[in-house]
Amino acid sequence: MKVKKKSWYLTIGGILTACMLAFTATGLFWTPYSPTAMSAPDRNAPPSAAHPFGCDQLGRDVLSRTLEGAGSTLTIALAVLVVGAVCGLVIGALCGYYGGVADALIMRLCDAVAAFPSVLLALVVLALTGPGKYNVIGALGVLFIPSFARLVRGEFLKYRDRDFVQSARLMGVSQLRIIFIHILPNIWPVLLSGLTIGFNNAVLAEASMSYLGIGVNATEPSLGYMLKDAQGVLFTLPWCTIFPALAAILLILGVGLLGEGIRERMGGTAA
Amino acid sequence: MSEPIVHIARLNSWYGRGKGRKQVLRDVSLKLAPGEVLGVVGESGSGKSTLAKCVLGMVTDITGTLEVNSPRPQMVFQDPYGSLNPAKTVGWILEEPLRTAGVKDKGERRQRVRDFLPLVGLEEEHLARRPAQLSGGQRQRVAIAAALIQGSRLIVLDEPVSALDVTLQAQILRLLADLKEELGLSYLFISHDLAVVYQLCDRVAVMTGGEIVEEGDVDEIYDHPRHAYTKKLLAASLALD
Ligand SMILES: Nc1ncnc2c1ncn2[C@@H]1O[C@H](COP(=O)(O)OP(=O)(O)OP(=O)(O)O)[C@@H](O)[C@H]1O
Ligand SMILES: [Mg+2]
Repeated sequence: MKVKKKSWYLTIGGILTACMLAFTATGLFWTPYSPTAMSAPDRNAPPSAAHPFGCDQLGRDVLSRTLEGAGSTLTIALAVLVVGAVCGLVIGALCGYYGGVADALIMRLCDAVAAFPSVLLALVVLALTGPGKYNVIGALGVLFIPSFARLVRGEFLKYRDRDFVQSARLMGVSQLRIIFIHILPNIWPVLLSGLTIGFNNAVLAEASMSYLGIGVNATEPSLGYMLKDAQGVLFTLPWCTIFPALAAILLILGVGLLGEGIRERMGGTAA
Repeated sequence: MSEPIVHIARLNSWYGRGKGRKQVLRDVSLKLAPGEVLGVVGESGSGKSTLAKCVLGMVTDITGTLEVNSPRPQMVFQDPYGSLNPAKTVGWILEEPLRTAGVKDKGERRQRVRDFLPLVGLEEEHLARRPAQLSGGQRQRVAIAAALIQGSRLIVLDEPVSALDVTLQAQILRLLADLKEELGLSYLFISHDLAVVYQLCDRVAVMTGGEIVEEGDVDEIYDHPRHAYTKKLLAASLALD
């Protein structure tokens, strides 16, 4: 075992993520103003005590909109992760544990899907289904399955012939119990770090799609949608771009560092 | 003599398929009587573990006779780090065989595990630990307990002490001998170390290249080895001492 060195990735990533989650969670329940309320006198107002993030060209409070946008971005990213990770976990676990022809076929299919950038594929799907929150979640979720399936499959390949698994078979433990109760707990750390990468990819993919105008609707703006909305006033009202962008960057940075910290910790304790 | 617990006659086994199919065991015959300890010695790659896997039903590409007259024979592996689930506690690892055997009541499982601990020289405080928090010797005791707690009478031990240092080896061998008497077990004991085999086994089979070249009582083989390969093994082990 290596000597464990103090990991600041985990600490800083954890704190940053916690702050951003708190910020986002707030936005789900409370915003200082209504994110859609337009106030004529406040049009184009720079940041002030009453509006810390300023107002946009319609007089809407940018802080309120950033809070709501972050909430929207977070829920979409988490939903994409749930779809991708749960399906990927089950597929990867069964493929890795059983192997065989079905495994080869499914992995070939995953390779084919993974060969295209997922944003591009999602754009194609959304061009067919039309924009909207649930379509984005569905399209990105499905496209995230291959990477999780691959990750989980690799881990199961590593474990399926270990002595403790053989020993469980000899005792008569059922195959499904071996897969999900005996092997799965061993791969949580790897999965967790995969989830942090997946989360960031989901945030970025959603933002790019909304930015390209094919993601969420104006009724449920995400951070990416706000950035697109502020494009025309980038230089005249920079606060309309800076604050949503900052929120997205800090969220991604926090989760990224957290994942790096988990990987580092794993490297230190793995046998 | 009563009915053998393991009866193997002219057993052949293969690994791989098609062009890569490779024969490992060749015409292996042996018998293990209830309450007996049969040692299998031979160099690395001679097919000892393969023989063990055949007895446990883990190798299916075989021809010949293979009768195992004991339900759920269990195995104790060489590396007690790999044979214990690193993500679980000792308590869980020892309860799992009982859970699998259908002991539904949690309290009863716990009690049976606690009752078993003194038999293998473990303490209750070990139950909450994970394998990584135990010494090599303690891990092997846990592995032995896990193999025995379902009540199996036939235990295959594949180099169970090779990963331990000499003092620990002696302790574990004594433990195995005691357990055998107390619980009426039969062992198929695999080792490359003749000295270890001599301490525990009643009879020994000498393997090389997938064949058993000599078989008999331990003392007989030690004092009057007939096959050249056995003589070589003996000379090598004496040179080490
Ligand atoms: N799963 C497998 N697939 C293909 N070949 C195998 C497999 N397991 C073992 N072999 C081969 O079968 C032969 C016998 O292996 P086995 O593990 O039985 O030897 P062993 O006597 O136990 O050796 P050791 O003392 O090193 O454990 C070796 O040549 C080995 O390479
Ligand atoms: Mg072996």
